[in-house]
Amino acid sequence: MTETEPLVRVEGLVKHFPITRGILIRRQVGAVQAVDDVTFSIARGETLGLVGESGCGKTTVGRTVLGLYPATAGAIVIDGHHVRTAKGAELMAIRRKAQMIFQDPYASLNPRWTVGAIVGEPLRVHKLCRDEKERLDRVKELMQLVGLSPRLINRFPHEFSGGQRQRIGIARALASQPLFVICDEPISALDVSIQAQVVNLLEDLQERFGLTYLFIAHDLSMVRHLCTRVAVMYLGVLVEMAQRDEVYESPLHPYTQSLLSAVPVPDPQVARSRKRVLLEGEVPSPINPPGGCRFHLRCPQAEARCATDRPAWRDVGGGHWVACHRV
Amino acid sequence: MSDTTEALSAIPQFAADELEAPPLSLRQLAWRRFRRHKMALFGAVMLALLFVYCFGGALWVSEDYANYTDTKARLQAPSVSHPFGTDTVGRDILARTIYGGQISLIIGLTAMLVELVIGVLIGALSGYYGGWLDSILMRFTEAVFVIPQLFLLIVMAKFFGGKVPNLTLLGRTFSGSVVVVILIIGATSWVYLARIVRAEFISLKEREFILAARAIGTPARQIIFGHILPNSIAPIIVSATLSVAAAILSESYISFLGMGVQAPTATWGNMLEGAMNYIEEAPWFWIFPGTLIVLTVLSINFLGDGLRDALDPRSRVV
Repeated sequence: MTETEPLVRVEGLVKHFPITRGILIRRQVGAVQAVDDVTFSIARGETLGLVGESGCGKTTVGRTVLGLYPATAGAIVIDGHHVRTAKGAELMAIRRKAQMIFQDPYASLNPRWTVGAIVGEPLRVHKLCRDEKERLDRVKELMQLVGLSPRLINRFPHEFSGGQRQRIGIARALASQPLFVICDEPISALDVSIQAQVVNLLEDLQERFGLTYLFIAHDLSMVRHLCTRVAVMYLGVLVEMAQRDEVYESPLHPYTQSLLSAVPVPDPQVARSRKRVLLEGEVPSPINPPGGCRFHLRCPQAEARCATDRPAWRDVGGGHWVACHRV
Repeated sequence: MSDTTEALSAIPQFAADELEAPPLSLRQLAWRRFRRHKMALFGAVMLALLFVYCFGGALWVSEDYANYTDTKARLQAPSVSHPFGTDTVGRDILARTIYGGQISLIIGLTAMLVELVIGVLIGALSGYYGGWLDSILMRFTEAVFVIPQLFLLIVMAKFFGGKVPNLTLLGRTFSGSVVVVILIIGATSWVYLARIVRAEFISLKEREFILAARAIGTPARQIIFGHILPNSIAPIIVSATLSVAAAILSESYISFLGMGVQAPTATWGNMLEGAMNYIEEAPWFWIFPGTLIVLTVLSINFLGDGLRDALDPRSRVV
């Protein structure tokens, strides 16, 4: 493996959740096509932002990449390990190298475990410490690292605020010294004042440990602040992916353009003068997504072939990927 | 002015003091919460007294005396020589409640343990893994569920009765029928618990902290027993305490039908059964074992209630 090989490579990832009927004899009557043919890669030390509206499949991508949901098709490679076929020791290696920070800091911590047990779990599972004392020391070190007092080691999650709980989740994710961390909307459940703290913490940790992030979010300004590259998702497919500034300054896909025009601007004069791309209608159901381009029903620039042919996911130059017939 | 600064300076000091207080351990917290629960404390004390009565009392009265028949002293009312009176064949009821209590308590607790092991295991596997395993286990559970428990008890008691040899434990010989009754009660009462545990597991396994554990690589066994089970402890404890009471009563059903614990071994259940025809003429015959059953069942239920609250770290009562 060379240095230029990306840390994470996802090719043609498909995740369908079957819809079944019947009690004794289950038959599949349909599928929620949560993720359909998604391809991207993340270089070492990079932060890829994954944005899109609620229900577009961002979280499913994250969970499927880690193998928490079995993928329907496609290839996922993390640091040379194939996630879909990994078993035993190789799977444990992936679990150690790739970690996840969850969206809801209230649901992602076991309410009956102390902070010490929660943060120490990866150390215990992967047998990273020789004895109890070493583990305790390491847990305290991790707590300090994320800005929690080690004195609170025997407290329970409900005794903490949302921001502190998210720090516990971050400490847990870092315990096994991972290379790759999926941040699944880690700040969307927090107060705005706390969001900045957590984002800064994530940045510091990335710098310190050379982490690679997949940052899932719907807050576009936060993504712009944090990410090197940004991928935009719509109804289970990627529509555009490029360097951060390129996405924000010269978006090619009509969906990206409309998404960006919806970002609030603090200056009312700029806000009034700027062109808004308003979309018609609602996001179609992923159970029965439209044929051709999934966006064509709402696209202001749609033409005849958009309804029949699915646009290819291609590099239009300089690592700017887009899936649109009009580009 | 100086008052204000004084008051202000007191605030951070107070906060610091609070942080410096050494955190209480899990057990200390649970004990504090348990202590608050007066009825649970009452249940625990009462249960301890009942154990002392049944097991400590055996030091004063021999089992031979409990089974000694004296036809000249049939159905005597409570007196100095027989404080609880005598039964139809002149046995001392006080002595019999002591030895009967041992058997009843042992049956209640061990049958609950058997039920707990089977019910939790089947419910946990079914709920956690789902799919075909769930279908098979749940159809089996439903099959046991639809057969009346009494019918199962009778058939199994008839089938296994007398096939288990007597066994000696702690210097006492237990009739093989006690073991049979324990296993039968345990094997027929787990269905409710299995369904409760399954439902808990199905709802808990989708929670994010379980996903987090899976992302860490925590093995399924540890997820089931370390993460999910402790979070479903409340309904399990409630169900388990109720089933101790139910087991003591079930034992009296099958004893009533002559298939439970065989005479002369006494249990509270079969003593009550023996009193059936003397409810009015010899009330001491049923009052004493009956009161003991009620006290035991009540104490265990209070205890379970207190444990459930004490074991929940989210409970604010400290």
